Amino acid sequence: MNVTLWGTRGSLASPGADTARYGGNTACVEVRGSDGTVLVLDAGTGIRRLGRALPPDIGRVDVLLTHLHMDHIQGLGFFEPLFAPETEVHLWGPATTLGLRSRLARYLSPPLFPVHLREIPRLVLHDLPAGEFQIGAFRICAGLVCHPGSTVGFRIATGQTTFAYLPDHEPALGVGRFPLAPEWTSGYALAAGADLLVHDAQYTASEYAERVGWGHSAFEHALAFATLAAVKRLVLFHHDPGHSDADIDRLVRDAIAAARPAYPVTIGAEGASFALG
Amino acid sequence: MAQQKAIELILTRQLASYLVMPTFIVDADGTLVFYNEPAERILGTRFEESGELPADEWSTVFRPTDADGRPLPPNRVPLMIAVAERRPAHADFWIEGLDGVRRHVGATAFPLMAHADRFLGAVAVFWETAKP
Repeated sequence: MNVTLWGTRGSLASPGADTARYGGNTACVEVRGSDGTVLVLDAGTGIRRLGRALPPDIGRVDVLLTHLHMDHIQGLGFFEPLFAPETEVHLWGPATTLGLRSRLARYLSPPLFPVHLREIPRLVLHDLPAGEFQIGAFRICAGLVCHPGSTVGFRIATGQTTFAYLPDHEPALGVGRFPLAPEWTSGYALAAGADLLVHDAQYTASEYAERVGWGHSAFEHALAFATLAAVKRLVLFHHDPGHSDADIDRLVRDAIAAARPAYPVTIGAEGASFALG
Repeated sequence: MAQQKAIELILTRQLASYLVMPTFIVDADGTLVFYNEPAERILGTRFEESGELPADEWSTVFRPTDADGRPLPPNRVPLMIAVAERRPAHADFWIEGLDGVRRHVGATAFPLMAHADRFLGAVAVFWETAKP
């Protein structure tokens, strides 16, 4: 399994000289299997470049959406395989009392977008959470996590390795002393023992105190969660649009010094790739 | 996957931990998985001490009775109704906690239904209607 980050920013695309190193595009991660299966996790603005990098004869792509906040779907209409007649795109995302098609059509329709969802040629939609399901070589579990609205995280496994993706996650919400026991911690089952965890790390502790309930984690929460889940490696993700590269370097350095994690911690950067297994 | 409560139960517990109304949460099997601090005062025991309790255990430990002291059958206990029949229920009754004090309470319970018709358990909120 190979995991590549195409967009690491949270909330709002934030291009500029001071965000160039970790990237300004919003959430998008490519997961590629040894059998050629390609999963695309989230359709933030990073998906545009990924779409252009995929081979034209790929045949099938599965796009898995954690939720439908704008920073996770804004790039969808610019994903070239969506309009390639020979490519079948499977779109997986959380439903509520409304199905994914109805929810997504609110964005993929005028006046927000010129093309209707129904005009996309070979699109298959799947409502989540759907328990465990198989795509190519990947066994995937989509589980609801703590984030406003209907939001899932993903646990993606092959026989050898496990990757967990929780880009928007506030497991500390309402918890006096975080974390509680594993069974009472949002996202634990998805992340437990993962070889690689990509996790929300948007805020400093003081920023979090002013944004409780907005659905995101402070650096220290991400580290405490990864420690509880006993992951092998943590990638910090969903960078705040107000944090420059230099800010992130400093804040993460301080958080690591305080938490002293027993596993490697990497700041998610556009273009970074992780080979698992 | 490793063991973890459903997110809806986790969020309900987090909400309950902030409420000043005594609140009980049971899972789909009727096991009492959490009660908050105000409920601890009614029951006379801390959740950390009692831990999770199966349905047949908590319903006898907390001994809900009518005004004459007769045990309430399960089909008159709101929390049991919410689990068994998956509908809201309300009742007034007497309860004797582990501290031995008998209290008159009103209880309203409702089932927790999640996406795709998943039944996750039920919540009961108690009001003490007469101080002992």
